[in-house]
Amino acid sequence: MGYPHKPHPRETVVLSRHFGEADARTYKGWVKRGGYEVLAQALAMEPGRVTDIVKESGLRGRGGAGFPTGLKWSFMPKEKNKPHFLCVNADESEPGTFKDREIMRWTPHALLEGSAIAAHAIQAEVVYVYIRGEFTEPWDFMARALAEANDARVFGAIKIYLHRGAGAYICGEETALMNSIEGKRGNPRIKPPFPAAAGVFGMPTTINNVETLAAVPQILKHGAAWYKGLSLSSPKSTGTKLFSVCGHVQKPGNYEVTMGFPLKDLLYDLCGGMRPGRTLKACIPGGSSVPILNREETESCLLDYEGVVDKGSMLGSGGVIVFDDSTDMVYQIMRLARFYAHESCAQCTQCREGTAWTTKILERILSGRGTTADLDLLLDLSENMTGKTICVLSDSCAAPVVSGIKKFKSEFEDYIAGRRKPVMVA
Amino acid sequence: MSTELINLTVDDVPVSVPKGTLVIEAAKQAGVLVPHYCYHPGLPVAGVCRMCLVEIEKQPKLAIACATQVAEGMVVKTQSSAAKSARTGVLEFLLINHPLDCPICDQAGECELQDFTFQEGRPATRYSPVYAKRFNPVEDFGPDVLYVPNRCILCTRCVRFMEDVAKEPVLNVSERGDRAFIGIHPEARLDHPWAGNVVDLCPVGSLLSKDFLHKARAWELDKSASICTGCSQGCNITLDTREGVVVRVRPRPNLEVNRYFICDHGRMSYRWMNRGDRIEAPLVRRGGELHATDWDEALEAAATLLRGAARRGVVLASPRASTEALFFARELFRARGGDWRGAFQVVMGEEAALAAVPNLALRAERAPNARGAELLGYGRDYAAAVAAAETAAVLLVLDEPEIAGRTQGALIYAGTVLPAGGRGEAGGGGGGARDAQVVFPIASVAEEEGTFVNRDGRVQRYFQAKPTPGMARPAWWVFSELLAILGNGDGTEARVATAAAAFDRLASSVDAFRGLSYTHLGLAGVPASSTVPVPA
Repeated sequence: MGYPHKPHPRETVVLSRHFGEADARTYKGWVKRGGYEVLAQALAMEPGRVTDIVKESGLRGRGGAGFPTGLKWSFMPKEKNKPHFLCVNADESEPGTFKDREIMRWTPHALLEGSAIAAHAIQAEVVYVYIRGEFTEPWDFMARALAEANDARVFGAIKIYLHRGAGAYICGEETALMNSIEGKRGNPRIKPPFPAAAGVFGMPTTINNVETLAAVPQILKHGAAWYKGLSLSSPKSTGTKLFSVCGHVQKPGNYEVTMGFPLKDLLYDLCGGMRPGRTLKACIPGGSSVPILNREETESCLLDYEGVVDKGSMLGSGGVIVFDDSTDMVYQIMRLARFYAHESCAQCTQCREGTAWTTKILERILSGRGTTADLDLLLDLSENMTGKTICVLSDSCAAPVVSGIKKFKSEFEDYIAGRRKPVMVA
Repeated sequence: MSTELINLTVDDVPVSVPKGTLVIEAAKQAGVLVPHYCYHPGLPVAGVCRMCLVEIEKQPKLAIACATQVAEGMVVKTQSSAAKSARTGVLEFLLINHPLDCPICDQAGECELQDFTFQEGRPATRYSPVYAKRFNPVEDFGPDVLYVPNRCILCTRCVRFMEDVAKEPVLNVSERGDRAFIGIHPEARLDHPWAGNVVDLCPVGSLLSKDFLHKARAWELDKSASICTGCSQGCNITLDTREGVVVRVRPRPNLEVNRYFICDHGRMSYRWMNRGDRIEAPLVRRGGELHATDWDEALEAAATLLRGAARRGVVLASPRASTEALFFARELFRARGGDWRGAFQVVMGEEAALAAVPNLALRAERAPNARGAELLGYGRDYAAAVAAAETAAVLLVLDEPEIAGRTQGALIYAGTVLPAGGRGEAGGGGGGARDAQVVFPIASVAEEEGTFVNRDGRVQRYFQAKPTPGMARPAWWVFSELLAILGNGDGTEARVATAAAAFDRLASSVDAFRGLSYTHLGLAGVPASSTVPVPA
């Protein structure tokens, strides 16, 4: 990936090719690397043609849901009766995910170029880049890059604005993000209407993740067939994907591999394996919101949308959180639940009350005062919290709890039975 | 909404509803109440309480009935095990931070959290008593609203009412997660003229009326459909009485008039209905003093005055009087071929519109039946009528005790109260209700059945909510009885026994009301004939 490590030979560096090159951040440096060439070509193309190329490439959303990008663009009204908007989701708030941050830090122009191409494809005149509030450094680089690109007048009639988040996880949810841009409380909206019908300011809107848009110029440059060819297993998952690996590996960081790359190789080869004397216990493959994989599942998992689903989890945002055998899974799951309880927007009952209640039960188990009924209760609460709310924050809290209890039940039982020393005071 | 009809079934009951209808409304048509908290037909859909989850065939997930539009052939199951267990789950979540202080909560008995918990909640909580419940102190939101955050289920009805209906967004949801509560702008008060509606909208006991605080338990209340007397808008209300005392006024939905709301002025205009200083017996003047008597003597005394009056009379009427009373007061002169003049005066006040609802406001004219009086030929030139009264043979004053006017003729007063102060003080020796020859005790709007005509010409019924004090009778009865005693040989002397019959008599003789009856009016009222011009 280039930074902080040299690219590993097994990586496929497309998006991360220029990571670590400070010069790539400047407009001149980016143009020197071939930047903004395809933007000029794209702006001269029929918008529908751009969408078709992206459709052909098989590019799917890199933010978590994996929705086909070209298809999403094609939902925008063809007859333009209202202003169209493009929102760029640079909120990257999913714990364990830090790929968009690197794209904005090292190749801000790649994002800007991709955004302008997407805006052209969906006939949007305005682009809002919603950047996570904590991203101070990426913000500076994005602001500088935007100013330089504006001076060079590369965007034609398209106007790009940077919008800064204020630190809410939920503002990474697409409709909450739109509310936030509008100056409202960042609450997810009920769908329908979908953003393509009524998004930001009630106008037709497309929202894409940073990594998705950064890949668009590459697709236009090298062709849909080339991108489609970047696939090691499922033909439904194409291109390269940045994986943010963190946790108990020797070399955490971002790694860009072709879709379908074995998770085992990512961890043991690219990331240098576990710390000395330690073995893998569990892994969350797609950011904190997806079910936890145990060692067997992790080591047989292929990193594409279908491969991870086969193992009972989701590719999500590509935030790989690795736990070795020193990990207290109960504590980790409590930390995740506590995060969701803190970040719940408080709209839906199940989420507002369920995330907090789940946290309390887990804290009590960790304090040595749990009961065997607590595990059934946690599972039942999780059932009530899954698939019943406006957005998936509630589901995200339930996923690690359910998979954690299923796969690491003995650790919970150790606390409940008093075989393990309490680590919390509740 | 389109006229195209969509067919669906709700719990096996087939219904046809206009395209665009929400499943929750379609279910109502099928006789199924889907439990809900955040949904309210008068507010924008929020879809946050997740209580109205129902199963819809061929849909992978449960759907909220309040935000799902009907589709042709849709099969909705509100009682499937998945839907029921989801709602039971929501109820359990709602109750974990709820104080369960129903015994001291004003909402108990009319609380939707209680109702639905009894209906489909868990018999016991699984929330350990070890865990603390969310606690926040009671807040004073405004002149009549208290916020008890501990009972709040964050349905956001109040927030949406202030933001989207009143257009004065002073409330919000503050904080996140289970710390969330309803916040108020630090420099604002919940003092909008329509703010009291948030208390009605609150499905639990979180927003309370200070006026009603700890006054009564819901199950002690008798409820009567009525019409607000606060202004000429004619908002439909319910009078809540406890042991014959009006303790609360609440809006009664009428989509044509006030939708689901009433203003605070109307909400608070009920205390006069409980006055204790009422006239309880008919009074006749004997030897210069008013003496209590029975109805026979009082009616006979009034009839004698009217018979000798050469049929020249002036009626000064309150625009709060029922249409029926106004009609028979007029007929005392008009039906007998007399020369009469009627007038009313209207107290004026500030107008206060409810921003998002067209044609709904607290009207400047604080008179519920001014339009009805106009349709019956009463004029607005009150001063001229008072002047004319001086030389009239008979002055009939209907419930306007303070400004009865002077007359050299006979004064008959029908009212609920006599003015304070001794004889001569009010009228300077020549007027005032205390100088009447005959005084009739009449029922107030809360004590009789009748109709008002609102400013848009809508004829609306109100019902008796409490007993009349002493010997008081509805004014229509008094005047119709008097008319029967006087007689005029054309059959109108037939006695009138009920308010419905009184209205029928009115409808048969006044064009604007032609063809109407209490049955037609129902609880929602109908417009008077719009073709009849208002008499000048």
